[in-house]
Amino acid sequence: MTGTHEMGDYQTTPTLETFSFLPKLTQQEVEAQINYIIAQGWTPSIEHELPGRAFNHYWTMWKLPFFGETSLDRVLDELEACRRSYPDHHVRLLGYDTYTQSQGVCFVVYEGRG
Amino acid sequence: MSNTYQAGVKEYREKYWTPDYVPLDTDLLACFKVTGQSGVPNEEVAAAVAAESSTGTWSTVWSEYLTDLEYYKGRAYRIEDVPGDPEAFYVFIAYPIDLFEEGSVVNVLTSLVGNVFGFKALRHLRLEDIRFPIAYIKTCMGPPSGIQVERDKMNKYGRPLLGATIKPKLGLSAKNYGRAVYECLRGGLDFTKDDENVNCQPFMRWQNRFEFVAEAVSKSQEETGERKGHYLNVTAADPEQMYERAEFAKELGQPIIMHDFLTAGFTANTGLAKWCRKNGMLLHIHRAMHGVIDRHPKHGIHFRVLAKCLRLSGGDHLHTGTVVGKLEGDRNATLGFVDQLRESFIPEDRSRGIFFDQDWGSMPGVFAVASGGIHVWHMPALLAIFGDDAVFQFGGGTQGHPWGNAAGAAANRVALEACVKARNEGRELEREAKEILTEAARHSPELAIAMETWKEIKFEFDTIDKLDVK
Repeated sequence: MTGTHEMGDYQTTPTLETFSFLPKLTQQEVEAQINYIIAQGWTPSIEHELPGRAFNHYWTMWKLPFFGETSLDRVLDELEACRRSYPDHHVRLLGYDTYTQSQGVCFVVYEGRG
Repeated sequence: MSNTYQAGVKEYREKYWTPDYVPLDTDLLACFKVTGQSGVPNEEVAAAVAAESSTGTWSTVWSEYLTDLEYYKGRAYRIEDVPGDPEAFYVFIAYPIDLFEEGSVVNVLTSLVGNVFGFKALRHLRLEDIRFPIAYIKTCMGPPSGIQVERDKMNKYGRPLLGATIKPKLGLSAKNYGRAVYECLRGGLDFTKDDENVNCQPFMRWQNRFEFVAEAVSKSQEETGERKGHYLNVTAADPEQMYERAEFAKELGQPIIMHDFLTAGFTANTGLAKWCRKNGMLLHIHRAMHGVIDRHPKHGIHFRVLAKCLRLSGGDHLHTGTVVGKLEGDRNATLGFVDQLRESFIPEDRSRGIFFDQDWGSMPGVFAVASGGIHVWHMPALLAIFGDDAVFQFGGGTQGHPWGNAAGAAANRVALEACVKARNEGRELEREAKEILTEAARHSPELAIAMETWKEIKFEFDTIDKLDVK
């Protein structure tokens, strides 16, 4: 093992939970995750918050969860609208699972500049 | 049966073999795998097991006639062949619910796996499964928090959690130990864990460990912005010390403690679980000694029974084996008891070793913990096998990384997230494992080096305890 690699230095980076260790998801990859939420029968929901307050459990909800929503485009439009209204905020997408009373999916789609 | 008392020894089957009995919804049902001494009829052996694990004794006694033993006795109601084993057979026994103290798995086990296991008429005896009636389950508290509450508290959604047991398991000073914790957590793990045999030894007293670990947890939280924890082992020589350690963990603001439920015992475990519920603390459960009890295919207690008992006694995480790593575990049998930990209703399914329908009602679920000899290459299979409600713990697979713990942690986190993303996109994890990991490693030198380091490590030994299938 030794000698085959230069010893590296791992820098701690602030991260935002699920998918934050991957390169920023492309538009297509975000769409795939929305389709997954819809296919599972989960409720898409959008939340946003100032980066400095991101550690809190509660972020601000964007409108209400989109109960019964099955249109990919509608969810994409809402994500875009939320980002335009709060360009300095992180924007995350959730999939509410009523059976487990939990979130089957939750990841940050846009990182705020704030 | 006559109502007059006659001293002497009767055959067990007169009273305890009742093939026409239809079990009640409130009965506790058990399935034993029995290997009798030669020459004793199966029905007599079955009845003996029912008698010796309930109301019977070897000789008739006059005081039996002061009560209604027809109401209290256990009944052997079915015998089945064990596929592939000409000697052994399954015995199904129904026990009336009033034989057991409410909320006490201790009492259930003392009856079902007590004296009967030393009974001379048996060569081997194994408790394969228990059906707890929902009426009994409702008398037990169960997990202090459960899967859903833990996800909410720790803010972890849509993926399994990642952990690591700190190594070397024994011998580090408290400050160096805290360093190893900090490095793992800053690199991207959700949890680190005390090894099971780390209690309070001369090289590292528990107060010192708790304090340094608490600093490691809080600094890594501040720097990453994510919620973290370390399973502080409060297993101790006596309950007073166990509670003292638990109280100190709470005082330090820590989210989770751990306990060894078999070596410490169910009484200690149930008490600690209740303390955790009351104090808002998560409880990780280790299973040292289980291999002694559950590994022999003909004798002992199957782990699915121990897992069910733990869910009743209380714990938020339980080690289940990995299927793919260095420790024993048949895939279907593991999936069978993982269901018992997490689901609210599990139907009978002999292909997974499940002998009874089991209704858990509203009892919270327990995270399955896969730990032992696993590394990044196992990630796709682990996610396919365990799904999201699991904790994957890479000890050597994190801390053995050529760049150290933080890089090892990041490698595992990248691999995990790549697998979750791929699964959600509809890709087949086990078939496309290599492609998924290779793609992810293009953006992560830490993962690329981990994949290089562990590419040759496999643990391919045959499972000793296999399911009895045709």
